[in-house]
Amino acid sequence: MIEAVATMSALGLGLGTILGVAARRFHVETPPIVDEIEAQLPGTNCGQCGFPGCRGAAEAVAEGAAPVTLCPPGGREVAVTLAEITGAEPPGSGGTGQDAEPVVAFIFEDHCTGCTKCFKRCPTDAIIGAAKQIHTVVNDACIGCDACVAVCPTEAIILRTKPRTLRNWHWPKPGTPADATL
Amino acid sequence: MSLISLSALRRTAGAFAGRGGIHPETRKYLSADSPIEAMPLPSILRVPLQQHIGAEAVPVVARGDQVLKGQLIGKARGPVSANVHAPTSGKVIAVGYFAAPHPSGLPVSTITIRPDGADRWGARLPRLVPEQATPDEIADHVKQAGIVGMGGATFPSAVKLDLRKRFALKTLIINGAECEPYLTCDDRLMREFSEELADGIAIMARALGVEQVIVAIESNKPQAIEAMQRRMLAIGCPARVTRVPTLYPMGSEKHLVQAVTGLETPARALTAELGVVVHNAATAYAVHLALRYGEPLISRVLTVSGFGVTRPANVKVLIGTLVAEILDHCGGLDGTPDRLLLGGPMMGLPIRSQRVPVIKGTNGILALQKSETRRHREMPCIRCGGCIKVCPCGLMPMEMHGMIQAGDLDKAVDIGLLDCVACGSCSFNCPSNIQLVQSFNYAKGRLAFQQSQKHQQEETKRLAETRKARMDAIAEAKRQAMARRKAEMAARKKREAETETPAVPAPAPTAERTG
Repeated sequence: MIEAVATMSALGLGLGTILGVAARRFHVETPPIVDEIEAQLPGTNCGQCGFPGCRGAAEAVAEGAAPVTLCPPGGREVAVTLAEITGAEPPGSGGTGQDAEPVVAFIFEDHCTGCTKCFKRCPTDAIIGAAKQIHTVVNDACIGCDACVAVCPTEAIILRTKPRTLRNWHWPKPGTPADATL
Repeated sequence: MSLISLSALRRTAGAFAGRGGIHPETRKYLSADSPIEAMPLPSILRVPLQQHIGAEAVPVVARGDQVLKGQLIGKARGPVSANVHAPTSGKVIAVGYFAAPHPSGLPVSTITIRPDGADRWGARLPRLVPEQATPDEIADHVKQAGIVGMGGATFPSAVKLDLRKRFALKTLIINGAECEPYLTCDDRLMREFSEELADGIAIMARALGVEQVIVAIESNKPQAIEAMQRRMLAIGCPARVTRVPTLYPMGSEKHLVQAVTGLETPARALTAELGVVVHNAATAYAVHLALRYGEPLISRVLTVSGFGVTRPANVKVLIGTLVAEILDHCGGLDGTPDRLLLGGPMMGLPIRSQRVPVIKGTNGILALQKSETRRHREMPCIRCGGCIKVCPCGLMPMEMHGMIQAGDLDKAVDIGLLDCVACGSCSFNCPSNIQLVQSFNYAKGRLAFQQSQKHQQEETKRLAETRKARMDAIAEAKRQAMARRKAEMAARKKREAETETPAVPAPAPTAERTG
């Protein structure tokens, strides 16, 4: 009994010391730019960029492994700030993702069983509902991150473009196809 | 004598400090001689809850309710909002979304009323004698009546009357310029209801506590000027009618102030900072009706005109009447119009469907034929400077346009995009038919969109943080509960152990067993 306790304690102490020394000795300084970039990202860890959370994305951007336009919920604003921080080419008004139509989740009420799986996953609390009650999405809070779509057991959730309302409507750019209909 | 006329001449020549303005063909003759006529009760009324700048009103009636004329059906929400009242008696047949009188045709929450034909008044607004009422009471009355600026901007009038609390106001200017071509409704109102208008002006002057009143009317409305001049004594405080030159955009608030007082409003500031408040002539009429008769804002006078209308007219319509029914009242359309506009031809909104209602800020319905509209192929800018010459705000439209085309909105803002009043003078004057003002409207909308995205970004961050805090709190609470349970368990075990072996001191084997 006493031998066992002693052995385990010695083992723990010894390994702990080694680890502690190693941590001090081989410490890698995180570039401060990573923290700076992370502060700009939404912090919802939604995973739309394909990196493990906002921290991962910040590291990738700092290394230059990912474009500054990687964050769909952040949109153009974040892309511009990231470009300023990293000194990368600021996103133009042309094609790339940052000007894409924002998307939000939509729940088909017919299919919703009220299982609460989706609203537990929502990083911004944009889904409201309760057990065995039909859930719904608050469009203004939804960032279109896809987390709820993946967990829905009845496939009742889809992503759709954010509905246009009188509040967010604006005149189309003259000369574009959208303008021609007016 | 000669000095006076000289100074008057100078003022006329340099109405906007020597810059800008255009002279479009006014075509007011189409409807200027038609007296205001009341339209018979329409078959259906669609009353939008968002007819003003600010927050949407909240419906206070439900489907199936019987409403009386003047009854409150939408309650203002927040400080900048406006009440909405039933324009006639009838049954509420729907509370829901219908197409808005807006170029997008997007839905807006609307209360649909089927008139019962009796046009029966409900309770009117409480009685108030303006001569004895305090400014606060008058402003509150105006607020209850749901009155908004009727020149088109639809800013809640009560908020503007309350400006006296923040600024020292000296002058009230009544905007009777009506500089938009075709429109004649304010002209007719001033000619036919000058006494009522003067009364409304007097009430507003009292509410604002101003020292003087100036009624500004463009020189192409001599009858209106004469009619108003006859009533100036009734206003009570020093009041006069000023004839301003016929020059578009004279009716723009800041430009009118400059033309009348010579003072230029700083960029993005309120005219109230100069001690001047501007109200529209039609708003004064609405204030008169609200204070003297307790009538909320449920109808308005508008001009139906354009070569595409069989019988151009000035019609008094109930708010919520469909454009189609008003056009039918005016003899219908003459052929298919090239454009159907709500408001004037310079700043009016094109609509896609006739099945949209008129709202508090609609001052005209225009059906323009091909000969009146201008749709030419856009050609390259020849840098003639024509747009700079006519810009009443002293901006450089061609430069801003170039920046917007290149996608650099921030640079366009730097050279004054946000000071543009979207009057359209630049587009009107451009020999290459470049869509200048359209481009500025797009850019302003885009900027607002980006602003809202930024706001959403911050909100998302906040939401994520609150969620994380909540999750952490839950986890912490769980951990504590677990620890408490463990402690309880241990205590119980200890108690049990004590009760099992009461007097015996803890022997060594027990320690070994538990260890």
